[in-house]
Amino acid sequence: MGATYTYFPGCCMKGTAQAYHDSLVPVLRELGIQLEELPDWNCCGATAYMAIDEIKACALASRNLALAEKLQRPMLAPCSACYLVMNKTNHYLKEAPAVAGVVRNALKAINLDYEGSTTVRHPLDLLINEVGLDDIKKHVKRPLTGLKIIPYYGCQIVRPYATFDDQRNPTTMDRLIEALGAKVEYYPLKTRCCGGSLTGTLPESGLFCAYVLLKEAVKRGGDLIVTVCPLCHFNLDSYRDRIAAKWEPMTIPVLFFTQLMALAFDLPEKDAALWRLIQPMKPLSTYLSQPAAQPSIRSVA
Amino acid sequence: MNNNGNDFSEVRIGLYICHCGHNIASMVDVKAVTAYAGKLPHVILARDYKYMCSDPGQELIQKDIAEHQLNRIVVAACSPLLHEKTFRGAAERAGLNPFFVQMVNIREHDAWVHTDGTEATQKATSLVRAAIQRVPHHKPLQVKHAPIKPDVLVVGGGISGIHAALTLANAGKHVYLVERQATIGGHMAMFDKTFPTLDCAMCVLSPKMAAVNQHPNITLWTWSEVEKVDGYVGNFKVTVKRKPRFVIEDLCTGCQECIEACIYKEAKFPDEFNLGLGKRKPVFLPFPQATPPVVMIDPETCLNFKRGQVSDGCRKKTCVEACGERKAIDFKMHEELKEIEVGTIIVATGFKTFDPAKSLHYSFYGYGAYPQVYTSLEVERLVNASGPTGGELILRNGKTPKTVAIIHCIGSRDVNTHRWCSRVCCLYSLKLAHLIHERTEAQVINFYIDMRTPGKMMEEFYDRISEEGVMMVRGKVADVYPDTSNGDKERVIVQVEDTLMSRILKFPVDMVVLSVGLEPQPDANDVRRRFNLSCSTEGWFLEKHPKLAPVNTFTDGIFLAGCCQGPKDIPDSVAQAGAAAAEALALIVAGSIEMEPNTASILEAECSGCKSCLPLCPYTAITYDEAKKKAIINEALCKGCGTCVGSCPSGSIVQNLFEDAEIFSEIDGVLAET
Repeated sequence: MGATYTYFPGCCMKGTAQAYHDSLVPVLRELGIQLEELPDWNCCGATAYMAIDEIKACALASRNLALAEKLQRPMLAPCSACYLVMNKTNHYLKEAPAVAGVVRNALKAINLDYEGSTTVRHPLDLLINEVGLDDIKKHVKRPLTGLKIIPYYGCQIVRPYATFDDQRNPTTMDRLIEALGAKVEYYPLKTRCCGGSLTGTLPESGLFCAYVLLKEAVKRGGDLIVTVCPLCHFNLDSYRDRIAAKWEPMTIPVLFFTQLMALAFDLPEKDAALWRLIQPMKPLSTYLSQPAAQPSIRSVA
Repeated sequence: MNNNGNDFSEVRIGLYICHCGHNIASMVDVKAVTAYAGKLPHVILARDYKYMCSDPGQELIQKDIAEHQLNRIVVAACSPLLHEKTFRGAAERAGLNPFFVQMVNIREHDAWVHTDGTEATQKATSLVRAAIQRVPHHKPLQVKHAPIKPDVLVVGGGISGIHAALTLANAGKHVYLVERQATIGGHMAMFDKTFPTLDCAMCVLSPKMAAVNQHPNITLWTWSEVEKVDGYVGNFKVTVKRKPRFVIEDLCTGCQECIEACIYKEAKFPDEFNLGLGKRKPVFLPFPQATPPVVMIDPETCLNFKRGQVSDGCRKKTCVEACGERKAIDFKMHEELKEIEVGTIIVATGFKTFDPAKSLHYSFYGYGAYPQVYTSLEVERLVNASGPTGGELILRNGKTPKTVAIIHCIGSRDVNTHRWCSRVCCLYSLKLAHLIHERTEAQVINFYIDMRTPGKMMEEFYDRISEEGVMMVRGKVADVYPDTSNGDKERVIVQVEDTLMSRILKFPVDMVVLSVGLEPQPDANDVRRRFNLSCSTEGWFLEKHPKLAPVNTFTDGIFLAGCCQGPKDIPDSVAQAGAAAAEALALIVAGSIEMEPNTASILEAECSGCKSCLPLCPYTAITYDEAKKKAIINEALCKGCGTCVGSCPSGSIVQNLFEDAEIFSEIDGVLAET
């Protein structure tokens, strides 16, 4: 392998999603992928700015794309919002030459230009399509047999663009989890809204979304929820006290998928970053059992 | 006036301008146009009259033809679509060839689309002059006749096909009824009760199915499909593919002992008729009243056919043993092609229901994700006594529901899926509400956008259901998600804005029924091409005219019946089937059909054999004579569209009624200065 990707951390990876960063970097290194952070990157704008002013949001995101273009290699954006915004920007610039014109003028004012050639990829895409499950299986030192996982993708990596997985029933992470030896429980809410920013602005709606997801995960018999998105993780992990006050205590832990990989690869403890979970996890060994046959993904309970 | 060296000295034109009451005369100065036209070459007389299409109007033409030896008639009036036949008929009665009549449309094309009288009159003048220049070029064409063979092909054995077949058979005509499923009955056979009377579908249907099976005039071919249709009205040559069911129809008595004896002791495979909710064995009868009452063997699941078995397949062949002396099972059966000749065809291929599983847009209703969610058709099978639960409403979790949500308009009235209203869903949703409540005493809530119950006794049906305690909520359901409350109730929450209350409501329910809409069959496009039929933008087969010719198609001799033409309920399907049968009978009893002589023909001497016309014909009327290396046009199939005429590089195709001289003289007439 020995591939190198430009790394776009965004605000989360070294902030609220530090656990994602802590586990992603060593896991990819283990698989032969180097990450080099994009120098002088700026905020991607996320969903908030796109909702207010699309052209300015494109311009903001395009600065990152322009900087990355100079490095002539694909960019990895682990955060779902960064991933979506930058891909959306690429789409808009291509589909609407008028927008591209405005954006490129803006970039010229800061001595930059963007020709549209930066590809922005997601770690799941990389892992399934570049690295491959066979290679990942080779690195599994501690198979997670007996662990029952609820896969939760959130919405941004599959909608509106379903580039590497299905919009309705994505399975890339399911297959990844199974390659780690764990059992994936069928979870029909795998792309249902987590509440997004509503947990901050309209908590009675936002928190309820999170609660529905947690409750169904428990009902489906999951030991852990595994997610890809920093905001989904935040919503599912951080408000347990308020959810307990409004409805009932929910104690199912939520991890990033890279944390699960770090556990399966038996990487050093700091790489799994379990101590960063607000809702704590029991020791891993309590979930594991005797090896069992690999289950397949069902679609109807 | 340019007549290209033709001798028109004998031409004597009579010109008639119709007032059409006020329709034309209020905008066009008919007197002025008549005066002008009277002075044009070859016009012997020019008259204006209030109602040319009336009896006195027509008699005027007939009298003038006799008294003034007129040999050309020009009538400036309404659209030829309306009265060309009328005036041609008048001329014919006076002994003049009807194709020496030319109509000018100064109503729809002139008076009705102008607000300025001067402009309208000017246009009328130009159009009339054009017709007067054209009509001398007309030739004395003859109407052709084609004989009509008496046999009829009915494609599709649902209620529409069955009714059409029985009507024709009772009239003494021989009918081939071809059905692609193993049994006739269609969707109606799946229903439990029908609205608005709530009479049992099968009780009404099975006598008709039995009648079809026993009728001496009906050849019933199930498990068969139409492969190819050649020919034209009165003379269709059809190839029907009979698929092998591995049971000889004439020998099977329907005793079903083979099913009893099958090596599979338990039914294991998803049952198509019960939409996968029940199970069947590889040898099975689709449902108890299947017609013909002959079992069939599914090669996909029968051990005798499965790959990996030894060459003589299922060793024990217990079914053959059970059949014994009747010897009705024949594993060596293969597909058969049958050629038949019929004069008319009725297409009654029906519909399919919208599949929410295939819709990203409707995925939030949870069909396929939550076991509590069903389609309406699945529920029909559940409440049906011959269904997988014996008519008891038992959910996938084995329980009986206490609260049921029925969501209307799934896949209908929606820009994301289908724009149309499927016509029957509100009514069947009310019916299902009644049946569900009757079986289980459950609280039923119907979520609707509008309550559409047109038809005889339908509004009264709605009144009855609403008085039975069914709750009606006006609002399109926004979301269905798992209930978060504890306990072992496996419920989902239906979230909706009640638009009449302007409040968001959340209903915990045990069962969700999606009232799926109707859509064209998945292979409707392939099927209609076989019959040379058009379809609407939505994919339903196209009728000739929505009001005046709802069962005719643009292909003479082929008629439509039932939902293949558009969503409708059973009474309307049956009515349409009767109409289609009547249209077919009209042709058969007339014995022959008149063909408009506006057909194209090839000037053989000039045809270079380049074949560019062949693929252009939308009616496949052009063939190629390999020996002569010339193209040939079949007059009976040609509809006179003119495509080949325009395309021929050597100009060797001429079209009656639209020859070059006729068209150019008309153009000259329109463009000339007054």
